[in-house]
Amino acid sequence: MTSYLIRRILSVIPVLFLVSIFVFLLLRLTPGDPAAIIAGDNATPETLARIREAMGLNEPLLTQYVKWMGGILQGDFGRSLISGVPVLDMVAGRIGPSISLAVMTIVITILVAIPMGVIAAWKHRSWVDHLVMSFSVLGFSVPVFLVGYVLLLVFSVKLAWLPPQGYRPLTDGLGPFLERAILPSLTLASIYIALIARMTRAAMLDVLNEDYIRTARAKGVGERRLLFVHALKNAAVPIVTIVGAGFALLISGVVVTETIFNIPGIGRLTVDAVLARDYPVIQALILLTATLYVAVNLLIDLSYPLFDPRIRY
Amino acid sequence: MTLRSRDFSDAPVVLEISDLVVRVSDRDLPPVLKGVSFDIRRGETVCLVGESGSGKSVTSLATMGLLPRNALHVEGGRIALNGQNLLDVSSAQMKQRRATDLAMIFQEPMTALNPVLKVGPQITEVLDLHTKLGRAEKKAKVLDIMRQVHLPDVERIYDSFPHQLSGGQRQRIMIAMALILEPALLIADEPTTALDVTTQQQILSLIAEMQQRHGTAVLFITHDMGVVAEIADRVCVMRQGEIVETGPIRQVLETPRHDYASKLLDAVPSLVPRPSRQAPPATPVLAAQNLGKTYRSGSFLGKKTEVRASHGVTFDLSPGRTLGIVGESGSGKTTVARSIMRLIEPTDGRILLDGDDIAHLTSSQMKPKRRKLQVVFQDPYRSLNPRWTIARSLTEGPLNYGVPYDTAIAEAKRLLKIISLPEDALRRYPHQFSGGQRQRIAIARAVMLKPEVLVADEAVSALDVSVQAQVLDLLDELQRQTGIAIIFITHDLRVAAQICDEVLVMQRGAVVEQGSAERVLHDPQHEYTRALIGAAPGRFWDFAARKPLVA
Amino acid sequence: MVIERPAAEKPLSLRLLSQLSPASTGIAPFIATILLLAVILLTVFSPWIATHDPLAMDPLKRLQSASGEHLLGTDAYGRDLFSRMILGGRTSLVIGIAAAATALILGVLIGLIAGYFRTADAIIMRAMDALMAMPSILIAIALVALNGPSIGSVIMAITVPEVPRVVRLVRSVVLTVREEPYVEAALALGSSTPKILFQHLLPNTMAPMIVQGTYIIASAILTEALLSFLGAGISTEIPTWGNIMAEGRQYFRLNPGIILWPGVLLTICVLSINLIGDAARDGLDPRMKKREA
Repeated sequence: MTSYLIRRILSVIPVLFLVSIFVFLLLRLTPGDPAAIIAGDNATPETLARIREAMGLNEPLLTQYVKWMGGILQGDFGRSLISGVPVLDMVAGRIGPSISLAVMTIVITILVAIPMGVIAAWKHRSWVDHLVMSFSVLGFSVPVFLVGYVLLLVFSVKLAWLPPQGYRPLTDGLGPFLERAILPSLTLASIYIALIARMTRAAMLDVLNEDYIRTARAKGVGERRLLFVHALKNAAVPIVTIVGAGFALLISGVVVTETIFNIPGIGRLTVDAVLARDYPVIQALILLTATLYVAVNLLIDLSYPLFDPRIRY
Repeated sequence: MTLRSRDFSDAPVVLEISDLVVRVSDRDLPPVLKGVSFDIRRGETVCLVGESGSGKSVTSLATMGLLPRNALHVEGGRIALNGQNLLDVSSAQMKQRRATDLAMIFQEPMTALNPVLKVGPQITEVLDLHTKLGRAEKKAKVLDIMRQVHLPDVERIYDSFPHQLSGGQRQRIMIAMALILEPALLIADEPTTALDVTTQQQILSLIAEMQQRHGTAVLFITHDMGVVAEIADRVCVMRQGEIVETGPIRQVLETPRHDYASKLLDAVPSLVPRPSRQAPPATPVLAAQNLGKTYRSGSFLGKKTEVRASHGVTFDLSPGRTLGIVGESGSGKTTVARSIMRLIEPTDGRILLDGDDIAHLTSSQMKPKRRKLQVVFQDPYRSLNPRWTIARSLTEGPLNYGVPYDTAIAEAKRLLKIISLPEDALRRYPHQFSGGQRQRIAIARAVMLKPEVLVADEAVSALDVSVQAQVLDLLDELQRQTGIAIIFITHDLRVAAQICDEVLVMQRGAVVEQGSAERVLHDPQHEYTRALIGAAPGRFWDFAARKPLVA
Repeated sequence: MVIERPAAEKPLSLRLLSQLSPASTGIAPFIATILLLAVILLTVFSPWIATHDPLAMDPLKRLQSASGEHLLGTDAYGRDLFSRMILGGRTSLVIGIAAAATALILGVLIGLIAGYFRTADAIIMRAMDALMAMPSILIAIALVALNGPSIGSVIMAITVPEVPRVVRLVRSVVLTVREEPYVEAALALGSSTPKILFQHLLPNTMAPMIVQGTYIIASAILTEALLSFLGAGISTEIPTWGNIMAEGRQYFRLNPGIILWPGVLLTICVLSINLIGDAARDGLDPRMKKREA
């Protein structure tokens, strides 16, 4: 058990190492002078020289990488090229809104998507199933920002029930927080619900065809017990796996949603950094989100034995 | 052991099925069941026997009210349990009657139990649903039935998950679950087909014992005439949705009236080995010397584990002879076959093909040798590339060795005649053929290269018994024509007795007994061989001869 | 040669088409096909269908709503929205198809290698894990920001994050099929590795790849729109669905149509492609599930 745990945790190291190389090379291997890309079109030779010096671009690649990685391992992600603020501080200041958005989205998704998928599988090929599947394929097909703008248009502009944009932390009170968080969360949840409902349905359909479901029916087990005791637990592993894989989708969604609803979180920071070519910030954000993704999926992997006793570490 | 001859004419009728018709929903096909009628009395065992597609499982599912929704439906007839027609009962009532009045056990004990729930609570669930007993009473009752089905250490097994138990133990759990409320009727759908023969024997006698104790009526579904001979009081032979023959076991086995029943009995291979053939010419074409394969796993930090899949296998095989490798699942027989084929690299010993050691050749060194060594696998549905025409499959080998296409096609046509398929089969695809035909095509593909050795890995195990006989005849015919040497891997002693000259019995990776088929089957020396032969179902009966076998 | 070696008994295209007839799988894929054809015709023939020059500005007619002259109104520069929308669709579709084709070709090659050669597998799959770990939209916007807003770099930015999904799918098919007895039989018949790879294994990946290909086209069209929307797409001089909508952000309250109409057309297009993908999947292999993310 412990040896598996250690090996599994160690196995993320090569992945993160490759991510760091990719992030590192992203700038260095693009055609043209990285300093010129960062500085923009109107830079003076002095600015270029200063940037090259600041980023150590004059040194060999390997040295640059070692220095850069060494800094990161000590928690030094560099400073923003625009504001000069340490990148880590910028991220720390922006993480709160993103986390509350993500958590609300996940809660809404799980409450809605899993029952949807279970019922669709149970009533396979009925109108309920068709409805769930239609919703799900639609969720995949509408651009997230369109969902966001339609919600904005209906609830803020036309009905004026909710304030249009912005963010208030939970510490300002539940009301103001929810008022502003509900539309972004629903926007973000639309695609996530589509994904999870679809996967839940597929996993449940597989399980419902299994022999042990027939055994349970032969014992006289009722439908609700059949679905939620016998079937759902067996379908849990693929469902939690897709929750983890969908985490990447969630991060991308956060970027878009924060832009639409003007929420000062990580997503907005990313877009601003990209548009301003604030390279250290971009690097740090990709590295951090990738690490987060790997960590979430690691936790999900390690949670499998909770759902399936056949999986033992 | 002999055939059963119990008389049930005074016992009350438990199940009476009359004129049962089942159809495929929303399709205009002939019915799946075309008016099936039979009855079972208290304490009696009725066997429904038939080949795949005969409708025997549909009969059992219809009785349980478990036909797949939207796919099959009962169109007419009557299924009366203790006089009440189950087809008139509401689905809520039917739910209540399952487990209390009628229960079922299935073929695959591996998949029939819920893998994420402990087995004790799975049995207890029956009591939760159908009784109002207290917790302690329930547990006591569950442990009691677990003891009745002879599970060891019941307290521990109660808290085990299905994957922690053996196949036989799981089937015992299934039986315990089915019988805990003492239902009047037990339906057993191929309950021993997925088990090894020795386990099968135990489960069969357990069912008989439980039946005697509780007076249960048993509907037993099987394709295996040997099993029928062991446990049936009466037999119904099914074909294409109809019962073509029915009667007491002795009558059906001794004097079958219907042609199909006779054919079915004729096709059962006898346990009496065929007369031994003349001694082989001197030089063996293939020899294994102390052959073994050990799997080593475990990377850094992990514990190193070693699994000896097979070891110490030594034999000589001469042209025109057949060597049987017999064993239960996990005995290592397939590992031996794959090593000889060099689909895997053995870890110990030598494989001499025409005197050259091929045990450790690289794949390019192996290529010229491969044409001498061909293989036929178990599953006819996966042995041929579904996207390739038969012509392309048959010519694959020769084209690899530079044979001109015309020559290869001419040879393919010649072989099609031998395997009794029309020439236009060449242009068709595998899915247009039955399992038996595909297996014959796979054999033809293997002999296209005129190999010296053919490895048949459970090559007839997935086939119905009548088809099995045709394929065995084909192998025999080919061997007589070409003098090919055959290694025949099987778990089925009857098949081994019919086709092998020598037999090698394996258990847990090791060879426990080896010798001429006649000697090993008649006078087994090792206790495992004896157990294996003792467990062969219906071994006291010679089906083709319609009489008991005198040993 | 006596016997011709025919293609598959029923060509894949026919099997796909039969899936799309209303009789076989219900009405949805059939309608989807008609809608998709309509969108394609509308965009391909946009120069002839357009009512106005999509690039002509008219400061006097800014942000008008729908009228007889301007079917869907005008944008902030007084350009005709309808004409821009159908022209923009052309670029969006081209980008989608090009990205899907590139991702499929790369993914199938890498996936075959990873699935068949154990030594290459570990390294390739770690690299794919690393690519999957980085949120695709972040890689994409970073790539576009660095390589400039050309069509080529947008296609590359959309392709790179899709490749690992294709690789995983192909690899899993190869790992399953290589255990099939007919592949082992081919080995025993002396077939060479390239023959096994390309004649036995590759055809098995075709059906899932067609399905996957439709999903990638759909997702690529969405990603293009998203990139432009975030300001990291193709140069704004070229109208695409994403660019038109991105420009509409500022004027959302004044004329929501600038975002809504291209959005609706894009949704119809992507929805149709997804529905056709679903139908193809159900028809070609009922057990295959929608890709994992």
